[in-house]
Amino acid sequence: MITLEAYFDYVILPILAISVMLVFIRLFKGPAVVDRVVALDLIITTGIGIITVYSIRSNQEVFLDVAIILALIAFLGTVAFAYYIEKQKDD
Amino acid sequence: MIDIVLALLSTVGALSILFASIGILRMPDFYLRLSVTVKASTLGVGLLLICAAIMFPDVSVTTKAIAIIFFLIITAPIGAHMIGRAAYFTGTPLWKGTIVDELAGMYNEETHELDSEDDDDEDDDTPNIAKTEEETE
Repeated sequence: MITLEAYFDYVILPILAISVMLVFIRLFKGPAVVDRVVALDLIITTGIGIITVYSIRSNQEVFLDVAIILALIAFLGTVAFAYYIEKQKDD
Repeated sequence: MIDIVLALLSTVGALSILFASIGILRMPDFYLRLSVTVKASTLGVGLLLICAAIMFPDVSVTTKAIAIIFFLIITAPIGAHMIGRAAYFTGTPLWKGTIVDELAGMYNEETHELDSEDDDDEDDDTPNIAKTEEETE
């Protein structure tokens, strides 16, 4: 009988870790700066998922506060990058 | 019983995130990457957070999880729209096999405003489609 804890540890978390690695290849390759911005956004979103699973596993609900802050930072980062990339073309 | 529901939700969530990451790696063009990524990752993280909301028997955790899901669902399309708009203005090429680009020539270059119909000076009506696969890969 597989327990839910073992399932989280040996299936869900490795899947999420592999996802971060795949996105990191795109962050490394580019080719444009907007590709990297989207890759960074996806890495942070996957990080929120990892934090959620980890907070379930360690029974610490405090980690969800970190997830809130990360979601905020991801949105702010994307909007700031978009704003400055769009302004850069004008000059 | 509740374990099966949790396993199902977390599996679908993790697989959605995995598909989003495969999509951002394999899609041939920035705009396709953007459209694949945002929806799938929002769904995946949302399902994982629902999992946490069911798992903890506390009301504060459920509220927190719902707040994060709400925030993600609101902000992800806004961020995606802004970065896609910025990419179109800076001239990120479309995929080689693109058939039609209806935005070509519709944007005012100076004010970045969208016109509903084409102005008649035929200067930049050609869509910015890549000539080779390597250009967008």
